[in-house]
Amino acid sequence: MRKNKALLFAAIVLTGFVLLAIFAAWIAPYNPEEIVSSQTLAPSTFHLFGTDDLGRDLFSRALYGARISLTVGFVAVVISVLIGTLFGALAGYYGGAIDLIIMRFVDVMLAFPSIFLILAIQAMLTPNIYNVMVVIGATSWMGVARLVRGEFLRIRELQYVEAARAIGCSDFRIIFRHILPNAQAPIIVAATLGMAGAILTESALSFLGLGVQPPTPSWGNMLMDSQAYMFDAPWMAIIPGILILVTVLSLYFIGEALREKLDVRS
Amino acid sequence: MRNYILKRLLQLIPLLLGISLISFFVMHLAPGDPTAMFIDPNVNPVELARVRANWGLDQPIYIQYFIWLKNAIMLDFGRSYTTGQPVITELAERLPMTLLLMIPAFILTFLIAIPVGVISAVKKNSWFDKTFTFLSFAGMAIPTFWLGLMLMLVFSVKLHWLPAIGNITLPLITMVIGSLAGLTRYQRAAMLEVLNQDFIRTARAKGLPERTVIFKHALRNALIPIVTIIGLSLPDLFGGAFIIETIFAWPGMGRLGVQSIFQRNYPVIMGIVMLSAFLIIIGNLLADICYGSVDPRIRYEKK
Repeated sequence: MRKNKALLFAAIVLTGFVLLAIFAAWIAPYNPEEIVSSQTLAPSTFHLFGTDDLGRDLFSRALYGARISLTVGFVAVVISVLIGTLFGALAGYYGGAIDLIIMRFVDVMLAFPSIFLILAIQAMLTPNIYNVMVVIGATSWMGVARLVRGEFLRIRELQYVEAARAIGCSDFRIIFRHILPNAQAPIIVAATLGMAGAILTESALSFLGLGVQPPTPSWGNMLMDSQAYMFDAPWMAIIPGILILVTVLSLYFIGEALREKLDVRS
Repeated sequence: MRNYILKRLLQLIPLLLGISLISFFVMHLAPGDPTAMFIDPNVNPVELARVRANWGLDQPIYIQYFIWLKNAIMLDFGRSYTTGQPVITELAERLPMTLLLMIPAFILTFLIAIPVGVISAVKKNSWFDKTFTFLSFAGMAIPTFWLGLMLMLVFSVKLHWLPAIGNITLPLITMVIGSLAGLTRYQRAAMLEVLNQDFIRTARAKGLPERTVIFKHALRNALIPIVTIIGLSLPDLFGGAFIIETIFAWPGMGRLGVQSIFQRNYPVIMGIVMLSAFLIIIGNLLADICYGSVDPRIRYEKK
């Protein structure tokens, strides 16, 4: 009962946010980058979320911010799943030296405090939205790689794989057509939870000024300037954070529900 | 056991080498030049060349790496571009501040997470379990830096109970809440798994009081997997320190790290990467050793 409620909440929130993000241009009352007020205004019927320190409408910025934050999260997780699946599949299928090299590389990547690695790379590159996606994706694939490797180790011993090999299927075909589809379930769960993580990482990066660059709004960079105005304009700090929290929470709920439904062990 | 530890210590070498290679090349292959951050662009080119030579930046990158490596083996990580102090001195100043934050956070996290996780599992589906399950999901979903901001907003800006900067309470709470959620979930899962095992059914069947079953039989076994999590949660703890120290202006290694990144202070960045990676790897090794000594089923040596 409770589980269903959480799932329902999550599904409604996410669908709602995705729709709002897609139709931001029609819904937003103002241009998100335009200065519409000479002061920082508290939330009111004119400015649902108030205005920021520069006098921009925060509701409009939050709508466009949803577009950026959700897209960055989604693309980053696609990149991370692609890299993780490829490495995990190669390591698990071939074993031996390939496995050893890939898994040592995974160990190296895991021993970094990942946020530091991401910060360092971002600082060196020109921070823009595409770099953010690639950098988050390229530093978060290790979990997926381990997981896919585990699945491959298990599945490659099954009889049907042996049968496929016996009738002369190529390695490529066995990996992608025979084994991978049977390893889908845990990958889907990991991707859902991974997107939650990617959105959190993007927000932290943008908050530090190394992610999505102003004036383009993202939920993270909307928080960037809020610390200086905490006393006069607390809504600047409160609202974007709640949006991030609710989105990430929904993704976790959906991830857990999928895990149960697909019968994946954590 | 001794062979196992020796083997793991030997593995440390390629790991640290790999980490240093990746960080060094990522940093130095980036376009631009750190001298641009520190030196007036109008300074005459001869002077600029002198500084670059002084910092070793005039060498080809692989030579720079070997020079760095050769010195690093002797624990000489060079000098900070901004202060001119040896990196090792700066780290020695900053690390205690970070540990002052991390160690209590670490202990508090375990003191809270273990009982909460165990009670949640024993009283599965009770209001206690449901409340804390929800709270731990919320705790995992909350951006750490935003949690810090909110605590600051409530306790410093509105209530004036605590100063936003220079006091350990708020950064400590932020760090604890940040790592609490995941660990609680994990402890709950571990306990549930143990409770489902045959030896628990046997213990109950032979009529042991429930308390003995839970505390003597189940809990001991459910604590074992947590030991591994201690090791695995270290990178996150360090990662958290970078952000939390930055928000609360806590003068630890994390804040120094973030500042150095913005300043392209290469020697300091390398020093921090190597030190945190070293601590993370050693932490994991210790966790695995403990794991082996608390669980007699685990044997590291091959017969």
